Amino acid sequence: MNKTVNQKAWFLVLPVLVLVAFSAIIPLMTVVNYSVQDTFGNNVFFWNGIRWFEDMLNSERMWNALGRQAVFSAIILAIEVPLGVFVALNMPKKGFWASFCLVVMSLPLLIPWNVVGTIWQIFGRVDIGLLGYTLDAIGINYNYTQGYFAAWTTVIVMDVWHWTSLVALLAYAGLQSIPDAYYQAAKIDQASRWAVFRYIELPKMMGVLMIAILLRFMDSFMIYTEPFVVTGGGPGNATTFLSIDLVKMALGQFDLGPAAAFSIMYFLVILAISWVFYTVMTNLDKRDVR
Amino acid sequence: MAWMAWTWPTAAFFAVIAALLITFTVLAVKFPETPRRGILGIETTRGDRLFITLLGSAFLNLAWLGFGIAPQPYALLACLVLAAAIFRFV
Repeated sequence: MNKTVNQKAWFLVLPVLVLVAFSAIIPLMTVVNYSVQDTFGNNVFFWNGIRWFEDMLNSERMWNALGRQAVFSAIILAIEVPLGVFVALNMPKKGFWASFCLVVMSLPLLIPWNVVGTIWQIFGRVDIGLLGYTLDAIGINYNYTQGYFAAWTTVIVMDVWHWTSLVALLAYAGLQSIPDAYYQAAKIDQASRWAVFRYIELPKMMGVLMIAILLRFMDSFMIYTEPFVVTGGGPGNATTFLSIDLVKMALGQFDLGPAAAFSIMYFLVILAISWVFYTVMTNLDKRDVR
Repeated sequence: MAWMAWTWPTAAFFAVIAALLITFTVLAVKFPETPRRGILGIETTRGDRLFITLLGSAFLNLAWLGFGIAPQPYALLACLVLAAAIFRFV
């Protein structure tokens, strides 16, 4: 049977295109316009060429924020992905406890960012927070408003608490889709627990795990609210991640030009990494089909 | 449109990108192609190669500016070389 080629269905995408243009493309174009101009307010702009890009590329502040951001995202992925997979492997497969675990796991995902931030902000306080008070009582010097290490630990533990269940739930969904026959075959071959994980569970989870990694990367790379509520970017600039720095620059100091140049570079980095993830994922799919 | 703070260079920039997208859409409709596999080991169509070129050019321009290699307009020449290489080998 010959399929007829008809591309007219693409016109059905038009409404989405209009919406995205209105909410994303046109604002992004405005950002590009801002990035080559300077302003003293009143919507009056002066041509500034590529000087803002030059400034930003040579700005230690931006490279430091990017470095902190990269380290943060790397730590988040290194903890949450293995932990999420581990949790998913140990969750009950069916029955009451399976549903129970699913509900409990999804609870943190339902809590808004600023509330999570507030919870941990209070939880970690030495005077009224359980965590801070306990740590202080057993003699550990923990103060996230002054200690570099304490601030980082708090922000990371908070993110792990908030988002590991997303990875776990996705990995769990991947595991559930593996037919029993695979496990039976492995049992006949007397495969070890590690071999079952390495050659059955991991390959079957790969696609969904890539999505989990992509989501967690994007989310941690643009993290703003939680560290802002807990540490406000401090102590000093210790937890000033990219978006916190960007907002400080754009809305705190109202340096629209540099902030626009900064956001375009931020956008390019995200675009490049997303493209890599997308390519890897589509290639995994193709390999599965073959 | 005054609120968008347009300038001629940025308008030209977006016009070129829009023209490229339209050209490649028309090309894809008029001359359908099968994806091919290049040095990156991934299947790419013309559109994919255009995307890689544009993204690569953006980073090339930033690197050119950041390292102060030569006056910025010359970066565009390097981008053309990059584009030719990507369309030939990727």
